[in-house]
Amino acid sequence: MLPLVALVGNPNAGKSALFNALTGARQKIANYPGVTVERKSGRTTLPDGRPVELLDLPGAYSLDPDSLDEAVTRDVVLGRFSGQRRPDALVVVVDAGNLDNHLRFAIELIGQGLPVVIALNMIDLAQRDGLELDAAILARELGVPVIETVAVRKRGLDDLLESLRDALNSPRNGEVDRRHIGVEGYEQDSSASPRQEMPHVPLHDLTDGPSPRSGEDLRKRAHQLARMAVVRETQVRQWTRRLDSVLLHPAGGVLFLLALLFVMFQAVYAWSEAPIGWIEGGFALLTDLINASLADGLFRSFLTDGVIAGVGSVVVFLPQILILFLFILLLEASGYMTRAAFVMDRMMAAVGLSGHSFIPLLSSFACAIPGIMATRSIMDQKERLATILIAPLMTCSARLPVYTLIIGAFIPARRIGPGVGLQGLVLFVLYIAGIVGAMLAALVIQRFVTQSRGSSFLIEMPRYQLPRVRDIVLGLWQRAWVFLRRAGTIIFVATIVLWALLSFPKVPVGSEQSQVEYSVAGRIADGLEPLVRPIGFNHDIALAIIPAMAAREVAVSALGTVYAIDAEDEEQAAMSLGPQLTADWSLATALAFLAWFIFAPQCISTIAVTRRETNGWKWPAFMVGYLFALAYAAAGITYWTATAFGL
Amino acid sequence: MDFVQLDHLPLGQPAIVRAIDWTAMPEREGHRLRSLGLEEGVAIEALHKGILFWKDPIAVRVGRMTIALRRKVAASILCEMAA
Repeated sequence: MLPLVALVGNPNAGKSALFNALTGARQKIANYPGVTVERKSGRTTLPDGRPVELLDLPGAYSLDPDSLDEAVTRDVVLGRFSGQRRPDALVVVVDAGNLDNHLRFAIELIGQGLPVVIALNMIDLAQRDGLELDAAILARELGVPVIETVAVRKRGLDDLLESLRDALNSPRNGEVDRRHIGVEGYEQDSSASPRQEMPHVPLHDLTDGPSPRSGEDLRKRAHQLARMAVVRETQVRQWTRRLDSVLLHPAGGVLFLLALLFVMFQAVYAWSEAPIGWIEGGFALLTDLINASLADGLFRSFLTDGVIAGVGSVVVFLPQILILFLFILLLEASGYMTRAAFVMDRMMAAVGLSGHSFIPLLSSFACAIPGIMATRSIMDQKERLATILIAPLMTCSARLPVYTLIIGAFIPARRIGPGVGLQGLVLFVLYIAGIVGAMLAALVIQRFVTQSRGSSFLIEMPRYQLPRVRDIVLGLWQRAWVFLRRAGTIIFVATIVLWALLSFPKVPVGSEQSQVEYSVAGRIADGLEPLVRPIGFNHDIALAIIPAMAAREVAVSALGTVYAIDAEDEEQAAMSLGPQLTADWSLATALAFLAWFIFAPQCISTIAVTRRETNGWKWPAFMVGYLFALAYAAAGITYWTATAFGL
Repeated sequence: MDFVQLDHLPLGQPAIVRAIDWTAMPEREGHRLRSLGLEEGVAIEALHKGILFWKDPIAVRVGRMTIALRRKVAASILCEMAA
């Protein structure tokens, strides 16, 4: 087995950048067994040619955790995380510009008895801020190697790996020289009973670690060491403060954030047009190729009507997801994300949430799954639960194909003012309806369901940094891969099942019924139809929303499949989906369909991730229930209002 | 010697944290406050106050770090203004 080395450190210490620099693009992303905390691992090579496995542990402030992420870090370091072997050595990453705070955790980690190498990271930024440090003093006082690194420029990596090799060759096997740590009476955390069932530990039971007494000693020692290590400190006007005076300005900060969000959503549409065209062109070419080389028959229908029509209609909005993620990754890497949380905090507090919820909710505009996973950084468990429950109301990119299809087919492309089109306005209203719905839901949930006594907001605001292209590209690639894998598995299977349900049994020749109505799916939809008839849904919609439980965008491919199979001749099949819907549906029905999708929790993955994040079926069941109730009511009200106006 | 609660500390005025009423906040919040290095004896400076007319939350410099917190918590932190 390869030696296992874990990277540990405070949030904002530049740990992930160091991990990327050491492992390159060959990373494995999975979850820790039993919890949805992301487990990133990769390989690097020691100077003697030996490969080692690197593990990027979640950022933490101490071994006394505040969040699920931090609890994972503690348990892995202490070797009591079942299903994850204990690391053979630690690389402790500290921000050279923030020694006072980061050394405390470093000292605590050294005390755990594993071989440790300290990466004194972001040394260039510290120098820029007027700090001159002496790594040798730190190494002497701590009794472990201290290597100056600049992860983003790959500085110091060779030295780091050399020290790591030496550390691995001469493990100290748990014998720690207490004089070096300089904390009297500070015990290794072996007293705590080994707890194998960490994944099932209730979230409020995170605190069992070193006693507060030793915590205070740690702080004193860290402070003392930080003072010793600083050779010179000159006050320089910091970039971060200058930027903050604009970006956190009481009025300017709000304007900037609004402008940024506007640009972001514009970009999602404007920049994605061309790549979407390429993808569509590619799938069309593939269909032609198959039509030309295969004889008409079941297999050809399976490939073109099933696989390509289904998967193609989903892959087509990969560009939009990537653009949204590009912005989110840039905002995170630059350090602006916590400023956005600062700006939004007071407004979020009005509905019982806080700035902490803003980041997960913003991510949910791309996809609720990473959004829900990002709630792990929220300390307050009631707020975290409320955020999870409302995250599916943010208009995720999976709704876009549905919205675009219906808006394109039913809303005239008319200008209603300078630069404002009716179609764009309707889309905007759909986004706003989701946000307003989410805020009202949060208010009700925090008041009556979680019975929260008020949220809290307490966050470190890191220095601004120029994001590194490499890290962003790597992050985007990882997101794209996760999405394509989803399209390739869940959506692929759902599409094929739907195609089969729609294609069998074959309608007898000369029958009055269409293939769709005669098929298994048609008969299931018959049963559902009476339920959704009052809110204006027709048979096609009843048919489309069944497979859309897998993922919302499947509704589009389902409608596509329904109409492709139902087409009586080539001419009708060639007609695109939009005009067919315009001919078949009333405007009231179309609007009700849009209103339905603002709320309907039609995404298996979201439900699954909610179950995992909340450790049970109670909350996903609650979520699905209240969202379907809202969806039904919203579609109904829309339909009845529209018909009353004669639409 | 001038003592003032952190939420009333003027922007840019260097100060030292003298007392924190840990009982005024949930245990978890106190724990995180300590994790972020905000405790008795540290040098502190208010940098930014809130958004629009709320003046909430506030951003403060603690040591070499900037942290954001709500006024409600800041009110239980007593600072002594440096000359």
